[in-house]
Amino acid sequence: MGRFFLYAFLLLATLFFLLPVYLVILTALKEPAKITLDTVWHWPDPLYWESFNIAWNAFRPKFQNSVVLALSATMLSALIGALNGYVLAKWPFRGSNLLFALMLFGMFIPYQSILIPLFQFVKAIGLYGTLWGLILVHVVYGIPIVTLIFKNYYSEIPDELVEAARIDGAGFFGIFRHVILPLSAPAFVVVAIWQFTQIWNEFLFAVTLTRPESQPITVALAQLAGGEAVKWNLPMAGAILAALPTLLVYIFLGRYFLRGLLAGSVKG
Amino acid sequence: MRDRITAFLVLLPSLAAVAIFVYGFIGQNLWVSLTDWGKNPAQALALRPELHFVGLENYRELFTGFVDVRFRQSVVNLIFFTLFFMAGSLGLGLLLAMALDRGPKGEGFFRTVFLFPMALSFVVTGTIWRWLLQPQGGVNVLPTLFGLPPFSFPWLTTRQQVLVFDWNQLPFYTALAVGLTLLYVAWKAHREGERKRLFWSLFSSGVLLVWALTLGRTTHLLPYPELHGFSLALVGVILAAVWQMSGYTMALYLAGLRGIPVEVLEAAKVDGASEWQIYRYVILPLLAPITLSAMIVLGHIALKIFDLIFAMAGLDYAPTDVPAIYMYLLAFRGNQFAKGAAIGILLLLLVAAVVIPYLASQLKKEVRR
Repeated sequence: MGRFFLYAFLLLATLFFLLPVYLVILTALKEPAKITLDTVWHWPDPLYWESFNIAWNAFRPKFQNSVVLALSATMLSALIGALNGYVLAKWPFRGSNLLFALMLFGMFIPYQSILIPLFQFVKAIGLYGTLWGLILVHVVYGIPIVTLIFKNYYSEIPDELVEAARIDGAGFFGIFRHVILPLSAPAFVVVAIWQFTQIWNEFLFAVTLTRPESQPITVALAQLAGGEAVKWNLPMAGAILAALPTLLVYIFLGRYFLRGLLAGSVKG
Repeated sequence: MRDRITAFLVLLPSLAAVAIFVYGFIGQNLWVSLTDWGKNPAQALALRPELHFVGLENYRELFTGFVDVRFRQSVVNLIFFTLFFMAGSLGLGLLLAMALDRGPKGEGFFRTVFLFPMALSFVVTGTIWRWLLQPQGGVNVLPTLFGLPPFSFPWLTTRQQVLVFDWNQLPFYTALAVGLTLLYVAWKAHREGERKRLFWSLFSSGVLLVWALTLGRTTHLLPYPELHGFSLALVGVILAAVWQMSGYTMALYLAGLRGIPVEVLEAAKVDGASEWQIYRYVILPLLAPITLSAMIVLGHIALKIFDLIFAMAGLDYAPTDVPAIYMYLLAFRGNQFAKGAAIGILLLLLVAAVVIPYLASQLKKEVRR
């Protein structure tokens, strides 16, 4: 009896989580004229692939923007995070813990509270409306979380390793290059997944700081779906395109994804 | 020694960036919020606008001014959204975790399914649910699949409100809520035998409650009544937000449940506790710290929620407005930068009120360890 209720509940929950996906896919595959009230849930026959074609053509520039943005900002912030974490974990100086705490505060601020000065600043340095401006912003506001992840990871590496390398005559960068970096792969994976997902999915900075030609896909999708009298096959196909990269990361690197999620759970 | 200098120099650019982009910008934003930037349309978009200091005028207008009634609605929306979103995500997440903890077949599959919305952006989630919640859309048609008549609830476009109250009574309700919370704190302090905490919480609770019940009712923010309530258009937004975030709470709770030592549960069973009693008196209290951190994270997300509502209802729809949306609308559509900056500061204070006590307690715990 208990088992019956358990599976009934799990089945119901699965429906709650998966039915939206089912509807998205079938709407994207439906001829626009056939998207009507009484057949919303019916599987399309024949399948209509044209929406993906149109959506892909419409979204390709934005999709490319998102790829460039997410990849370059992720790589830059992983590099910065590794160096910062290395300094804070292995070369602490007087007051470095206080500085780290002050840095972490940047993770928790709602970005609305810096949005207007940021907008002015990006405009003033001539990066408003460019992808570079957005990359800069994501790298800067990513500093606290990537530093945190790398610092925690490097704290686990025994100090004796660093000490031994130092006695062998290695300097700051030598130790980083030959001792720390070869051990860093798991931290890089977590940071890369976390930053890539966050930056790909980000919206507030993107909508405030870009022009149409530099928009990432989230902004383009929100504007397409928000228009009046939309044909729903297109936003649905667009939603699938926008969701695919992060979903693939989740499916193939799920274990690390979860670890990053829990590491970042202090951030939210 | 040279290496130490190198280390500091490596960290320096990040420190400078954070100093400018976080602290510098917060300071600048605070200054802007105390000026009249945007009052004079000719100045609003000027390259070097002339700003005049106006003190707390922007803040006063937001809470009691005639023009910013929409801000008050957005604050009320935010309160209800936060409450129901947290309750929904925590409740569903706990139920899912409890179900998975009993080791059903295909646990890995269920976990994957419950967690995948976390990988999506709020914009994608919002777009999907906007379609599901169209008046003629998926959810309303769902019952017809079982031969039932369709729903006719207009979801996102309804203007209906429940739990309506007068904004004028806000000081009264705030004092009441804070007073009762402090009373609870006092009760807990009494049980833990902490006399000093008991005295102070009882004292401040008493002051607040006495004020609320005597003068509180007659303190008015506005010269006229202004009614706000829980806008039912938010139900759909809450549904979408819970869909996206309950997998996260499930993951947290599941880790917590798996972390409870078997001996503890065995001992309770030996003592003759029923399954319900084990949950009530053993498991749930052990999960309390997880609930607290989940509440902080969810509350933090709720207070800044912007993209989900942007994608579901758009910028211009007052019944689903929240301060983050109104801030964007004022500053970047209406060029009223000073008032937008004031909302930014208010959001910062709200988030700080949630996060700083939590961080402080975490830090204390770590020091004790």
